[in-house]
Amino acid sequence: MTFPILSIIVFIPLVAGMLILLFPGERKTEIRVTALAAATFALFLSAWVYAEYLVKGLTGYQFQEYVEWLPALGIGYHVGVDGMSAPLVLLTGVVMFTGVLISWGIEDRPREFFAFLFILASGVFGVFVSLDLFQLFFFYEIAVFPMYLLIAIWGWVKTREYAAMKLTLYLFVGSVVSLVGALAMYWTSGMQTFDMLQLERAGFSAEFQRIWFLPVFLGFAVLGGIWPFHNWSPDGHVAAPTAVSMFHAGVLMKLGAFAALRVGIMLLPEGAKYWSWLIMAFAAIAVVYGAFIAFVQTDFKYMVGFSSVSHMGLVMLGFSTLNQQGLLGSGVQMFSHGVMTALFFAVVGMIYDRAHTREIPELGGMAKVMPFAGIGFIIGGLVSMGMPGFSGFVAEFPIFMGVWKVQPWVAIVASISIVITAAYIMRNIRDVFFRPMPEHLEGHISDINVLDKIAIVLLCLLMVGLGMIPSLMVPMVQSGVDNILRLLGGA
Amino acid sequence: MTAYNSTMILAILPEILLLVLGILVLLFDVIWKGEKRRALGWLTAGGAALISIITLLLGRPGGPQSVFGGMLRFDWLGFAFKQIFLLGTIVTALFMMDIEKLNRRGQAYALLLTATLGMSLMASAADLVMLYLAIETTSIPLYVLAGFLLDDDRSAEAGFKYLLFGAMTSAVLLYGFSLLYGFSGTTSLASFIGSPSLALGLIFLIIVGLGFKISAVPFHFWAPDTYEGSPTPVAGFLSTASKAAGFAVLLRLFLTAFPQFVEQWAAVLAVLATVTMTVGNLLALAQKNVKRLLAYSSIAHAGYILIGVVAASKLGVASVIFYLIAYLLTNLAAFGIVAAFGRVAGSDEIASYAGLSRRAPGLAFAMLVAFLSLAGMPPFGGFIAKVLVFTAAVETGWIWLAVVGVVNSIIGLYYYLTVLKVVYLYRMEGENEEQYPVTLTRPYALALTALSIAILIIGVLFAPWFDSASIAALNLF
Repeated sequence: MTFPILSIIVFIPLVAGMLILLFPGERKTEIRVTALAAATFALFLSAWVYAEYLVKGLTGYQFQEYVEWLPALGIGYHVGVDGMSAPLVLLTGVVMFTGVLISWGIEDRPREFFAFLFILASGVFGVFVSLDLFQLFFFYEIAVFPMYLLIAIWGWVKTREYAAMKLTLYLFVGSVVSLVGALAMYWTSGMQTFDMLQLERAGFSAEFQRIWFLPVFLGFAVLGGIWPFHNWSPDGHVAAPTAVSMFHAGVLMKLGAFAALRVGIMLLPEGAKYWSWLIMAFAAIAVVYGAFIAFVQTDFKYMVGFSSVSHMGLVMLGFSTLNQQGLLGSGVQMFSHGVMTALFFAVVGMIYDRAHTREIPELGGMAKVMPFAGIGFIIGGLVSMGMPGFSGFVAEFPIFMGVWKVQPWVAIVASISIVITAAYIMRNIRDVFFRPMPEHLEGHISDINVLDKIAIVLLCLLMVGLGMIPSLMVPMVQSGVDNILRLLGGA
Repeated sequence: MTAYNSTMILAILPEILLLVLGILVLLFDVIWKGEKRRALGWLTAGGAALISIITLLLGRPGGPQSVFGGMLRFDWLGFAFKQIFLLGTIVTALFMMDIEKLNRRGQAYALLLTATLGMSLMASAADLVMLYLAIETTSIPLYVLAGFLLDDDRSAEAGFKYLLFGAMTSAVLLYGFSLLYGFSGTTSLASFIGSPSLALGLIFLIIVGLGFKISAVPFHFWAPDTYEGSPTPVAGFLSTASKAAGFAVLLRLFLTAFPQFVEQWAAVLAVLATVTMTVGNLLALAQKNVKRLLAYSSIAHAGYILIGVVAASKLGVASVIFYLIAYLLTNLAAFGIVAAFGRVAGSDEIASYAGLSRRAPGLAFAMLVAFLSLAGMPPFGGFIAKVLVFTAAVETGWIWLAVVGVVNSIIGLYYYLTVLKVVYLYRMEGENEEQYPVTLTRPYALALTALSIAILIIGVLFAPWFDSASIAALNLF
């Protein structure tokens, strides 16, 4: 038996979370150190998986483990990563690690906070490595419910109850709709298995696929923030505490997109072809509309939240092309946007903790007191605009190429968003960081601590590194895309 | 009539042992004095646990057999349900130990054991007379237990309401049984032969009687008032073991007596399930008292379980049994928490749970586990249970019913989360929760820890439980 590295990655956070719950609540330092140790370990292992996949030039599903779970119904515990999911596993490790660093200062019941955060992380890892449909749902739901408590308890006092409930219900509705679709697939295939690698070969009739593709895809895509079901997302991002926003926008939205791809497009390729125009329309609206709304926000965090809607729209846009360039771009965009938005939310959180306001007109001069945060935000901004040399370019350029191949005018409309994004990012960099600091803030703002700096440096390095050397990720994602294209072509 | 043989003894082994235990309890009630009587709870729980182990080791059925001249069936279905009831009894006995108002302990425990005895017979009865006697043996002790707190008006009201509803529906059920006998000429549960319209009429009458037991809408009116007024552990018992007994009879009766009319009764039950889930969940939304909330939630759960009955397939029956196991663990935990909190705080209002996560982090976490399991979230038992009943429904083509169930679980999630919000987010007046700890006595700590772990285990390692449920389900086909 080989070393079960993926299972260990999935269960480290869960075990650590349970361990943390056993600590007495007042021993906060021990709790934080345990959390950091577990997060470091998980990051190390996920980087290991990524590096091995990359260096050995692997393709297909690797590091597979299979254990029977409920043999009577063909449910198995089946994990494995391919070129699409390996970057997302790494992303989760990174966000978890930086999230713990950023949340070091939480004083209200840190025990429960880290425990819930880690249960969430386990769910996320579990979905990314799932090769079994039932198992995917199992971990998907585990990733959803801690969100409610994390936002409701540690979130922004004004909107947390509303936003937490809205988010949870939206996501739950989406997932159960997909669940019904999954059960229909299970019985229609007649194969008595939930294993996705086998269901890929089920050969569902075109009619079946057309009926069930939309519920399954959209059910998951709700979590991916697809227009018109994106409404929960900015509210949720804003209400959540910093680390949770990072997790949420950085990783959870990818969870939705990833599951929509894996279950919707890969298991029902004919349905995907039939409905791709609708997905493309939704995604294009999300891209442009999200950018416009982000532009008019005065609340810093809402701005980042809507920019997430816009960028996740690009991921969906790439999916809807169903061609090599578009899917490749989406794969990279999921990683790139995850890192970028985690960085954005981290910086927003640092500023809010010190200035106690997120209203952009009331902020200013932050570059002087917290230069690290300033530089980080600028790098993130450049990624967001899709500047060459940064990871955003590696992701967005292929997406637009792919869209152009299918519908040139959609590419033209969607590219408006790049201009708007550049506009609001530049404006914010100027307003928040470089104009003179308002008098009431003068002297009240301290620099960020060393843990925050480590987090920022790590996130920036990833974005710049990927932008400079795309071959760190592109060949890997390409192998995943080839597999999807095989399913799309062979159906 | 053949002489008594060992199979017949084995078939009623749990019942015999329960009777012995009941006598022992009454005996020690006389011998022990004053505070020592609290130990009757340990005796009952320990004894029931012992009975469960003994029957697991010795009383396992072989192939299905009729014993006592066809009065009882000795099969895995009955066996599985008896284990479920025993588990409910153990936990309820532990929870009852520290309800100080529950004086006359010996009587209370004896009644509990008698009710369990009746349920065991319900699960294996294969004859209409036996069945009716078993149902009454179960119901009468439960009427008394619901009204056991003599100095509490609400408890008296609870017992009285339960009695009136029970007597009424039981009379209707008896009428149905008599017609069934009249048309088929035998009291034994055999395939009913007659016209579909007649069968439909009988099915209606039987559903009235059993709908009361499982608290399906529109026979649910007793449940909220009775749960609210009766001692909390008794309410937990009513909502779990007693409900499971109703389902045991429902499964056996419909699948044995009316197999050829499956289309008719499945349609009736599908409507019943839809109404039960929807009404239960919608009314739960408005509740301010946690016991009433749990009452409506347990009504809604009866609806989910009915989905599995409607499927009327092997998977359907197996999913019903699995659901009942998961639900029993979960709901007992929920009522146990309410009982443990209620005796310290003196209130069952949801608002009084504010700050619980600071007053008692462990209890709050147990509540998180129980409520999320009720809501159907993994990795807890409630998730897999719901998935199984929905899977069974989709298999047999009841896709719309599965969709109704899914929509209802969304409503459910809302109110379960609302309670958890109060527990974790809101604070007590004065924000000095640390000065009002909620301490757990040993029986509560023991039972709640065991239940929480069991909920997690059944939610993650579900294969052995499901396989057992499948074996039990096979006996009906």
